Amino acid sequence: MRLSTPARLTLRTIAIAYLAVLVVLPIATVLTKALGPGLASFWASITTPAAISALNLTLLILAIVVPLNVILGTVAALALVRGRFRGKAVIQTLLDLPFAVSPVVVGVALISLWGASGWFGALAGAGVKIVFAVPGMVLATAFVTVPFVVRELEPVLRELGDDQEQAAATLGATPWQTFWRITLPSIRWGLLYGTLLTISRGLGEYGAVLLVSSNLPGVSQTLTLLVHHRYVDAANAYGAYTAATLLMGLSLVTLLATALLERSRRTA
Amino acid sequence: MTATLTRRPDAAANVAAASGRPGAGGRPGLAVGVVVLWLGVVVALPLAALTVASFGEGVGGFVRAATSPGAVAALRTTLLLSAAVAILNAVVGAVIAWVLARDEFPGKRIVDALIDLPFALPTIVTSIVLLSLFGPSSPIGVRLNATPLGVAVALAFVTLPFVVRSVQPVLAELDREAEEAAASLGASNLVTFKTVIWPAIRPAVLGGAALAFARSVGEFGSVALIGGNLPGRTQVASQYIAQRIEIGDPAGAAAVSVTLLAIAALVLVAIRYVTRDRRVTTVASPDRSDSDALTGSRVRLADVNGVSPSAPGLKSGSRDSGGVG
Repeated sequence: MRLSTPARLTLRTIAIAYLAVLVVLPIATVLTKALGPGLASFWASITTPAAISALNLTLLILAIVVPLNVILGTVAALALVRGRFRGKAVIQTLLDLPFAVSPVVVGVALISLWGASGWFGALAGAGVKIVFAVPGMVLATAFVTVPFVVRELEPVLRELGDDQEQAAATLGATPWQTFWRITLPSIRWGLLYGTLLTISRGLGEYGAVLLVSSNLPGVSQTLTLLVHHRYVDAANAYGAYTAATLLMGLSLVTLLATALLERSRRTA
Repeated sequence: MTATLTRRPDAAANVAAASGRPGAGGRPGLAVGVVVLWLGVVVALPLAALTVASFGEGVGGFVRAATSPGAVAALRTTLLLSAAVAILNAVVGAVIAWVLARDEFPGKRIVDALIDLPFALPTIVTSIVLLSLFGPSSPIGVRLNATPLGVAVALAFVTLPFVVRSVQPVLAELDREAEEAAASLGASNLVTFKTVIWPAIRPAVLGGAALAFARSVGEFGSVALIGGNLPGRTQVASQYIAQRIEIGDPAGAAAVSVTLLAIAALVLVAIRYVTRDRRVTTVASPDRSDSDALTGSRVRLADVNGVSPSAPGLKSGSRDSGGVG
């Protein structure tokens, strides 16, 4: 289908204008507002004790969730692709659920399970705080990031086949040796990619974490909660812009890393 | 080889273990057990507790909570705005996909890269970013905060990539001979579009729009600040749920949560039917499996509630997305 020049230019204008109004201008505005008053005041705003505490908590949660979900996600992918056992469909459904569940629903579900009147409410009664504390925030972040590594590794493992693994085992390698020397090197790019997706999603999680946090500045706020707190409770719009810019920077670094990874993988 | 075999008579067992559960130290079932424990504690138990909690006051209690005026108003706002945004992004998304696949102009790569941004940005950042331009201190004097239009803008932002990234690869791979044949037989562009292009991209457009709808229905973060959370006007279902938790009504929150889950599940089932459309294969390329319209694209189920930078090429068509409950 060959469009006339006016028609082509009209479509191009619609596309660019939509993106400009919806994406480019808002991001440009937030950057202007965050960096306009100068780098020194930007820096001061993102290094207040509350902001540093929020960054630390975000990193702490990622430090727990990422290794957990990467290791168990790898085990799950291997079991699903290589293993033969009953109930695979159940596991597949459980792995898809976090994609379909609203973050707020995740929060409510965690409260239903771990809250004072929940199934494991006895724990809260015994003084073990899960929800409205850091463990709940860890569980919330773990929930929403569960599928990424598995879903990245499954197609890679399937394509790889198990010829080399079988050969290694025939030659006397233990399953551990086979995993470290044969399987892991072959899946490393997919694993890294899934890890980056996990970090990216965990970094930005807001709804689920909001519901299960006590949300105290300097104590139990992640970066996303800090943005919310500064805008809503502290009426500190500038602080919200700077914190959002910091968070945006971290996300863009992850996005850039995945793009570079993609390129090196394609040329490799 | 023989020496190895004699030294390690359990090699055959190793084969089974390695092909079965490498990394589990060869103990059969251990890997599966660990996976079940992990998914059970992190995913299954909370959702089971949620479902039970929603029926805490019986079926009557569930129905009362899910059909209370506040819940109905929030669900209505959510569904109407999500549908409107899905339609908007289906149309504009198809236009953008066309421009990216068929047009050439300087800076096209930048436009292409921009499409991925909404998936990469944390939702609360989206809310702040949109507020900075369309909020109370708007530099252009457009104030959309606490209006339904503001909610729609936020939903349009977070769902922008779905249709673009599902239609773009279909258009790029579409066999142009059919289009040229239609044109040489005297078909106008409109006729060519209706008979050749639309049948080919329809599953991708509808599938992308359905994913956008599913994402919108559960959306919270991007709406949180710009929406204003006005009951009956801009409050969406997820905000209503959060409010129920704040005022100490976990049963009500659970009931509306389960309703939201059911809607999401219905949409995802519908997507499977849409992408199973048989007519695609005959018009596009014959060897193209019909479901590839979505799975071969760069949009995945992962993005429905996932902030995930999407990457071209990595997603092989062999991905088994499994079923959603």
